[in-house]
Amino acid sequence: MDTSPHLARAQWMSLLAQADPAELAAAMDAFAPPADTAWLRPAQTGLYMLRGRIGGTGPQFNFGEITVTRCSVQVGERIGHAWVRGSQARHAELAAFADALMQDPEQAAHLRRQVIEPLRSALEERREAASRKAAASKVEFFTVVRGE
Amino acid sequence: MYVAVKGGEQAIARSLELLAEARRGDKAVPELELAQIREQLRLGVARVMQEGSLYDEELAALAIRQAAGDMLEAIFLLRAYRTTLPRFGYTRPLDTAAMRVRRRVSGTFKDIPGGQVLGPTYDYTQRLLEFDTAPIPTTQPADTALPASMPRVLDLLDAEALIERIDPGSDPEPVDLTREPLMFPANRATRLQNLARGDEGFLLGMAYSTQRGYAENHPFAGEIRMGEVDVVICPDELGFPIEIGSITLTECQMINQFHGGNGTPPQFTRGYGLSMGEGERKAMSMALVDRALRCDELAEANQAPAQSQEFVLSHSDSVEASGFVQHLKLPHYVDFQAELSLLRTLAVQHTADADEQPLSVTTGAQA
Repeated sequence: MDTSPHLARAQWMSLLAQADPAELAAAMDAFAPPADTAWLRPAQTGLYMLRGRIGGTGPQFNFGEITVTRCSVQVGERIGHAWVRGSQARHAELAAFADALMQDPEQAAHLRRQVIEPLRSALEERREAASRKAAASKVEFFTVVRGE
Repeated sequence: MYVAVKGGEQAIARSLELLAEARRGDKAVPELELAQIREQLRLGVARVMQEGSLYDEELAALAIRQAAGDMLEAIFLLRAYRTTLPRFGYTRPLDTAAMRVRRRVSGTFKDIPGGQVLGPTYDYTQRLLEFDTAPIPTTQPADTALPASMPRVLDLLDAEALIERIDPGSDPEPVDLTREPLMFPANRATRLQNLARGDEGFLLGMAYSTQRGYAENHPFAGEIRMGEVDVVICPDELGFPIEIGSITLTECQMINQFHGGNGTPPQFTRGYGLSMGEGERKAMSMALVDRALRCDELAEANQAPAQSQEFVLSHSDSVEASGFVQHLKLPHYVDFQAELSLLRTLAVQHTADADEQPLSVTTGAQA
């Protein structure tokens, strides 16, 4: 992720999208949408074309598509957006709603503590666990010394 | 001559019912849940996603169940479904260097920075059917995780300038075969999109032919890596990039001999393969065929089927191939009647000719 002025928002949006949908739903349980919530763009599933690079480093090529669900919601004056991989409408709705709340300074700290940080540690734990399991199958070569 | 153009509706309706019944099988056996397919048939799911050209495990699992395990039918179902969805845009290029690796092996160097990581692979199984379901072992994790990003093995050769570099150059907008027809000659980016969608069996056969001498390019598996890569998009509404989730990919970097030519010094060249999920066979096949198809660019003799763009790219797609082969089942009554009456006319002529010169025909057959 680049160091733009939007870094903080990009990070929480990424975390919300990378979250396990069930964990996100459980964490967001305490935050009910207020009466003035307007679903500007109800959750909609569509496609993004994945791009690869030839040889991993070269010119781009179109690799294949991926389902993405997007959603936009207005809470008070703030507009929350979400793009999440897959076809789960609920995941996109919760992520968009959380994005709107995170832009509200009065709510942000609470949400960060209750939702964002737990999601971050859950994601890091999952990745660490997967990596350590993979590392268990790392080959340890040993050399047999022959002759003198 | 009259040919029935209506009828069969009832028969078709019953056929669809029979199909649904046959797909379900014995109702005393519980129906497969999508989560079971996704979790326990993950390699089938990966193949359907790759050749259906749509990364979505749930949809692929649904397609596999609906197709009763016929992978090509499931791929067709996924391709058909994607046409109902709007296209939101293009992702940022996948950064496979930042892959969270779960498997990474090299056939060219024993000691590679980051090490060789076997991961889950059938390579070391005995291929003995396990009649008794053994208890599932729990892998004891290593004390330390793998490095956050594994250096590319081919960079070791790049440092010595012994392998071609692949830079983005002006990073041109690639052709998108889902929107534009395949035109020849196709550039490498277009070819890779075609191969990525291509049938694994077809590409495997083509790749095998290159190894057996039909397009000599002496390959080595420089690096194969599998793991998770973040998908990054930059929506107009935001104006900054965000991650929207991660996907499992398998990448194969093949190293091939090259004697130099077209102004290029002798050096190793590369073939590239990329596949969704754990698609190692597909990624390796793709890399070999990618390299074979570069023969013109590298001024190599273009004489083998695997080097022919038109041959490979026109016949790689299982949906197209299956459709054209299987359309022969559809009514060709009028075509066939025409052939039949022509043949009858020829047969009458042949008999008449034979009656006129019976001896010469007999003599000819004996000679």
